Amino acid sequence: MHIQNDYADQIRLISGSQDLKCMKCGRCSASCPQYEEMDVRPHQFVSYLQRGDIDALMDCESIWKCLSCFACVERCPRDVKPARLIEAARLLRIRRQSDDEFITPEQVPALLELDPDIPQQLLASVFRKYVK
Amino acid sequence: MPLNPNSSFTPLIVAFCCNWCSYAGADLAGTSRLNYPAQIKIIKVPCSCRIDPMFVLRAFQKGADGVILCGCHPGDCHYSTGNYYARRRITLFFSMLEYLGIEKERTHLEWVSAAEGNKFASTMRKFTEQIHALGKNERLEDIR
Amino acid sequence: MQKIGVFVCHCGTNIAGTVNIDEVVENAKHEPGVKYVAEYPYMCSEAGQSMVQKAIDEHDLSGIVISACSPRMHETTFRRAAARTKLNPFMLEMANIREQCSWVHKDKEEATNKAHALTRAAIAKVHHNTPLFPGESPVTKRALVIGGGIAGVSCALDIAEAGFVVDIVESTPSIGGKMAQLDKTFPTLDCSACILTPKMVDAQFHENINIHTYSEIESVEGFVGDFTITIRKKARSVDMKKCTGCGACYDKCPIKKIPGEFDEGLGMRTAIYTPFAQAIPNVPVIDREHCLKFKTGKCGLCETVCAPDAIDFEQEDELITEKYGAVIIATGITPISLDKFGEYAYTSPDVITSLEFERMTNAAGPTKGELIRISDKKKPKSITFIQCVGSRDVAVRSKTYCSKICCMYTAKHAMLVKDKYPDIEVNVFYIDVRTPGKNFDEFYRRAVEEYGVNYIKGQVGKVVDNGDSLWIQAVDMLDNKQIKTKTDLIVLATAIEPVKSVRNIAGMLSASIDTNNFMTEAHPKLKPVESPTAGVFLAGACQGPKDIPETVAGAGATAAKVIGLLAKDKLITNPCIADLDPYYCNGCSACEKVCPYGAISYEDTEINDHGKKAIRRIAVINKALCQGCGACVVTCPSGAMDLLGFSNRQITAEVDAICR
Repeated sequence: MHIQNDYADQIRLISGSQDLKCMKCGRCSASCPQYEEMDVRPHQFVSYLQRGDIDALMDCESIWKCLSCFACVERCPRDVKPARLIEAARLLRIRRQSDDEFITPEQVPALLELDPDIPQQLLASVFRKYVK
Repeated sequence: MPLNPNSSFTPLIVAFCCNWCSYAGADLAGTSRLNYPAQIKIIKVPCSCRIDPMFVLRAFQKGADGVILCGCHPGDCHYSTGNYYARRRITLFFSMLEYLGIEKERTHLEWVSAAEGNKFASTMRKFTEQIHALGKNERLEDIR
Repeated sequence: MQKIGVFVCHCGTNIAGTVNIDEVVENAKHEPGVKYVAEYPYMCSEAGQSMVQKAIDEHDLSGIVISACSPRMHETTFRRAAARTKLNPFMLEMANIREQCSWVHKDKEEATNKAHALTRAAIAKVHHNTPLFPGESPVTKRALVIGGGIAGVSCALDIAEAGFVVDIVESTPSIGGKMAQLDKTFPTLDCSACILTPKMVDAQFHENINIHTYSEIESVEGFVGDFTITIRKKARSVDMKKCTGCGACYDKCPIKKIPGEFDEGLGMRTAIYTPFAQAIPNVPVIDREHCLKFKTGKCGLCETVCAPDAIDFEQEDELITEKYGAVIIATGITPISLDKFGEYAYTSPDVITSLEFERMTNAAGPTKGELIRISDKKKPKSITFIQCVGSRDVAVRSKTYCSKICCMYTAKHAMLVKDKYPDIEVNVFYIDVRTPGKNFDEFYRRAVEEYGVNYIKGQVGKVVDNGDSLWIQAVDMLDNKQIKTKTDLIVLATAIEPVKSVRNIAGMLSASIDTNNFMTEAHPKLKPVESPTAGVFLAGACQGPKDIPETVAGAGATAAKVIGLLAKDKLITNPCIADLDPYYCNGCSACEKVCPYGAISYEDTEINDHGKKAIRRIAVINKALCQGCGACVVTCPSGAMDLLGFSNRQITAEVDAICR
């Protein structure tokens, strides 16, 4: 199964993950130090992507629980990169929220006025993080 | 210049087939009585890597309207690697022909196995239609 | 100018039904060079053939064209007919007006025109045909088998039984290979040594078999039927003729702590040693790297105790050169290195490979068949087997292919453990259980159903050695649960790969090898035991992962092919091969690089160029090796190369005739 939709393709593009290569061996889940904390387990991530069920993936708790330790990426025998996939889902989720909840580039000057000592680097990274 | 496909134009097409797969595939099309246009004339070569680009040029020079080359599927070559050489050489050569003004639809490289009589016939039908649509080839023809 | 005869066949109504034969005959008469045209309902019949033969003689024809069925059908028939006359059989061409004309076209006019064009092309080609003569090359009735494992030994026995002399070259001190290391074999659980050692003994005493152990291939020259191969017999430091195999030398050897290769490093051996008790030949070898005498000059205990005075510290490597008609590569496989698999804690003594496990369960092994943890010598309470270690993995440290035998031997190991020690808990982590083969799945199911082996769909992510036990973190995919547990012994089903030396051997024989270092077959389906290089054959797991029955069956097939070759007194070579014009060759080596058979080499040759004599480096074609693919012809930048039977002039003439 290899469902294609905009979100699924974006995840593939951002993560470089090749979901069709997965042979469901479970080495990712076996390696994961955060397994118990997760509602969707590393070996399941790729199934969500294959099904194209990206909304569920973006709404799951696991994307905030992943430590990005990349043990699964390191151990995966098929180079599927589950952690990269979850990072991509996290990024998409943040981008989706950015429309209403997070700052826009236009707000940056106002923030500077509010606190002139605000680190430039913080603003730059906030600016970068929440836009496409 | 593409002519009107409804005109009385009958294309002349030369097909080069390797002895082990494609020529046998053409024979199978025969034994299975699968029709394809009579404009296709087959020349047998031992391997697709024996097809010298000069033969293709010669065909166009002598008035052929299309040239199709057939070989064993990659990995199935009787001589293990011949079709890889052919693939690399012919791909480059076809792009050069296009540069010379021979439309890329006039040339084609196809893998046909000895079991694919059906594929041979359908490929030949499709290719002939393609040449029909393009009309007569006059670009390289020897007009001396 | 050629005198060409054209013979048009009706093939009953097969051709005549769609093609107007009279018109084809009439048109052929007006082709240049055509002296005689005839038609007949069945040209391939006895009467048709004699008609062709009669016409050749009566009209003194120099070339003939048969317009009939496919050359794949009857070219040989008509060539034989031509050979019965004074005409060279290669002065014949066929125009395929049945399979590629009358059978595929309905319109009579179109079909007739095409039949005429195809006949015309064949006539044009015959104009440029030249008489060709199949070559002959001698066959040395002797075979060389490289590798003395089960593949090499059974192949050698089969060839020797047919009456041909076979030499076996084995790099280790004894034949037997990997199979000698195994304890039991699946799925019958018969003892490996019990079925292998009789074969080894048969090979040892067979009058047609010579065994060179502790030997390597030094160099290869020649080609199919006529190889000249030099074998380096490494200095054993023991006189093979004098040694009685009493074993007094290794009993007395003071260096006793060398990890033994045969026991996969689990057991220790001495500096002078035979790898195992049933070794053939039963003659020890001195490991010069560890021997005190060679390191310090002091010792020589073995020499003192050797009653027949067989120890020879002065012995040197010996080179043997012999001629062979065929070579069989049977170098086999070995487990991959696990150095880069840190997560499985292989450095721990209680994490072992499956081959080490074989040694451990073997009654002749380092633990006398007792299943213990190497670290504390205690019997384990639980054993965990991990499958697919390094197999089916795209990482650089691993192999992308399935090693094929692991599922079955893991089931065997698990079953053997449960059989001997029912109280030990056995878990197997698997990705898929692959058991195609006679009685294979039944065997695996027995492990689960009768012996209670616990198969878990999932993998192990991490192993930590706690000293008294091993801690593992794994996953059960079907339960969707992570498992964190303790186990006492871990067995890794390690991927197998071809032995390293095979690259060098394949290079010397110019046999091709794939990206995984497995030998490539001449054809994956139709020539499964031949290498693409004529005279070089393959046996056993050097071709790809294989189990024992498959290896023995394959080795038998290889032997049949080798016997078929050696039974011939002379090889008739295909005359349609590459042909070089030395005046045009500039020695650029382009053709050598594309030749799949290594048939082209270079020689400094004296060329008489318009009266000027010069030594030039030009290509030389080995007529016995060339198969006539034509890759070199099209590659040659100077036009020096041509292909007999399919020359540039012949094909160009065909193109011209078709396009006329």
